[in-house]
Amino acid sequence: MAFEVDGKTIETDEEGYLVDLSQWTEEIANKLAEGENLEMTSDRWEIVNFLREYYQEYQIAPAVRVLTKAVGKKLGKDKGTSKYLYELFPYGPAKQACKIAGLPKPTGCV
Amino acid sequence: MSEEEMIEGGGEGVIKKFLYLNRRAPYGSIYALESLEVVLIGAAFEQDVSVAFIDDGVYQLTKGQDTKGVEMKNFSPTYRALEMYDVEKLYVFKESLDERGLTEDDLIVDVEVVDAKQMADLMDEQEVILSF
Repeated sequence: MAFEVDGKTIETDEEGYLVDLSQWTEEIANKLAEGENLEMTSDRWEIVNFLREYYQEYQIAPAVRVLTKAVGKKLGKDKGTSKYLYELFPYGPAKQACKIAGLPKPTGCV
Repeated sequence: MSEEEMIEGGGEGVIKKFLYLNRRAPYGSIYALESLEVVLIGAAFEQDVSVAFIDDGVYQLTKGQDTKGVEMKNFSPTYRALEMYDVEKLYVFKESLDERGLTEDDLIVDVEVVDAKQMADLMDEQEVILSF
């Protein structure tokens, strides 16, 4: 699959994850979010940016359980709950937010 | 996992002692990366996990890995994420470090350095050993 942003062809795999992670831009994130029927609110950006930082540091997209814990530590307890994250990303925070953040599918996400 | 999920999913689960044994250099084959992925995936099942590094496997944990020349992703930072997956028991075989002129200070994560007897005991305790 592929789509175009700014005249550039952006390739995704069959599940919609970016093939080339280095292509990611905020505009692409918006486009990917559109595909998930999600509007990029500041709360969603916060999680997406958090995931990008996490990936930068550990070279891995975290499993939901780990993401929840890490978000709680970094962004506050009230946000480190599955409820909060699933409200933002109903089809799975790790899956949807990782996709929008341009990361690979989380390891252990079966 | 949240408390809810633990009650729902883990109630009847059997916890076994798993040891993942890493014996090979991080690059040049897929073993090290595969092992790491299996450990991370397995962590979701809340087993009693230990990871050991022997022979060239100790190179998997060395600081300052640079993979530009081999065109593979440098996945060594991921070992630092193991703690967040509740994988906290990492063992490194002292003899293998010594043979390669390495010490604990050369490694990117905190580990327990063990001698041959301790490593043998560790293996003895396990119910499942997966060697990579």
